[in-house]
Amino acid sequence: MSNYSLRRFKDRLALWLGALCAVLAMIPLISILYEVVKNGASTINVDFLTAAPGVIGQPGGGIGPAIQGTLILVGFTIIIGVPLGVLSGIYLSEFGDNPIGRVIRFLNDVLAEFPSVVIGVVIFTLIVLTLRSFSVVAGALALSIIMLPVVTRSTEESLKLVPNSIRDASMALGIRRWRTTLSVVLATAKSGIVTGILLAIARVAGESAPLVFTILGSQYFFSGLNSATDALPLRIYRLALLPYPYAQAQGWGAALVLILMVLVVNVGVRLATRGRLYSTRS
Amino acid sequence: MSGRLNLQKLFEGLKHPSSDGFFRYGSLVFAGSVVAIIVLSLVVLVQGAFPALTKFGVSFLTGTNWDAATGFGALPYILGTLLTALIAIMIGVPISLGIAIFLAEMAPDVIRVVVSNIVELLAAVPSIIYGLWGLYVLRIWVANYVQAPIQGSFGFLPIFGGTSYGLNFLTAGLLLAIMIIPTIASISREVMVSVPNSQREAAYGVGATRWEVVRMSVLSYSRSGIFGAAILGLGRAIGETMAVTLVIGGVTGASALPTSLFRPGQTMATILVNQLSEAESGSLQLAALLGIGLVLFAIAFAINVVAQLLVWRVLKVQGGAVE
Repeated sequence: MSNYSLRRFKDRLALWLGALCAVLAMIPLISILYEVVKNGASTINVDFLTAAPGVIGQPGGGIGPAIQGTLILVGFTIIIGVPLGVLSGIYLSEFGDNPIGRVIRFLNDVLAEFPSVVIGVVIFTLIVLTLRSFSVVAGALALSIIMLPVVTRSTEESLKLVPNSIRDASMALGIRRWRTTLSVVLATAKSGIVTGILLAIARVAGESAPLVFTILGSQYFFSGLNSATDALPLRIYRLALLPYPYAQAQGWGAALVLILMVLVVNVGVRLATRGRLYSTRS
Repeated sequence: MSGRLNLQKLFEGLKHPSSDGFFRYGSLVFAGSVVAIIVLSLVVLVQGAFPALTKFGVSFLTGTNWDAATGFGALPYILGTLLTALIAIMIGVPISLGIAIFLAEMAPDVIRVVVSNIVELLAAVPSIIYGLWGLYVLRIWVANYVQAPIQGSFGFLPIFGGTSYGLNFLTAGLLLAIMIIPTIASISREVMVSVPNSQREAAYGVGATRWEVVRMSVLSYSRSGIFGAAILGLGRAIGETMAVTLVIGGVTGASALPTSLFRPGQTMATILVNQLSEAESGSLQLAALLGIGLVLFAIAFAINVVAQLLVWRVLKVQGGAVE
């Protein structure tokens, strides 16, 4: 019987150790949210959100160009990355059951986990060094490459959840394969694909490493596709390197804006799709 | 859905283009862009790093200098990357496994939903925000509550020597551990959930407790998948950039060699952030930095291929068999 109570004790211990690990992992998230809100909230006002950064070393100025730059950059990234990713996902789901499809799927998964800094270095060498200028185009290309595998994978997974009977029904009406895929299958899987795209957008909006060598950062508002631009994650990095208290406060303020953008998309998507993902899977 | 790839059919399709064939091979062109991106990246990096690789040869990987006069060696940054990633794995893997076991096998449903959502949110926080938090919050904790006591008692040991600002390998490794926990925990959880129930029932049938079921059935069945998840976490830790840049100190040359947990250093990713955008076009420094990019590319590629093979075998092959 003492053997049994020892086993019961081990069982309880494992449960509490597991719970302890979960609590440990939550501490950083709570601390990050607390610090960002505590330090960032007092910085944020209309002027901070719209003004250009002031002279370095003097308090004042804001993150207007950074917000504008992030929106422009993400816009171009969507234009390049989403069609590419959705079409790749269509191929993998509808025609990818062969060796070529398997190789592409595998490399897509590898690219999805690739360090974003390496992608930035490649675009720097290929675009920035060749054109001799930091540019929005280079930044958007780098972010598109980061976005591509994420959108591809979520599109493929959403399309695979569409039952084959729907494809058969459409084909039985004499509708061609491409028309079936675009009008019937894609429409059925729409919400899953949109979810994947939104999560990918939230991810690239927070990317900073590849931007250091592609758009560089700037003190000024957008001045053309061919010149250096600012972006929110990059502005946070530049502010963190400055030794002044005002820069620290502005860094927290910019972090609050960025984390709100990213978490609103994430939480929103999760609430909107709550339950649905599980019910379709089982 | 479609059969094996048939070259003859492919050529026929090209000879007699139909809207379906056009759609199929058109989407293949887009899907193939992934392959093109990876191959092009390799070519670009090899070509860019070529001057440094030919000039320094093997000593590019073993040298410790970092200036135009004495040459460029990447050893301190390679070791710095490995050390920070190792710290991250040693701290991150046990905690992630605890979370995964708790979520997959033990937690009540309500707690399971709440905790897994929080873990997913942790994965969504941008790297730069972890960096900012690491710089202003975690660094102070490490300096006051880890570094000060250890240096007070064991400061005479070389591996604990160093400055007291908290900008060092240990802070970077800790921050990385926090950042990779969501990845490892959620993949390990998926692997554990995919263990067939018959395995659990067999253990319950002979009177095992819940923990014994986890240990005998779940863990032994999902070992290779969990290993794959840990390696994916290692890949994340090696490639993670901005957060590490803000807390590691960023020194170059021989002083960046990881001789102490509490000394500032540099990783491959951080030296790229610190120097690449200012490197002069055509200079040897630029070639050396691209060489570091190439080494990072090779390590990340190898790690991810191994990890995908391990995780993929467990999740996708089993998933396919169930369908």
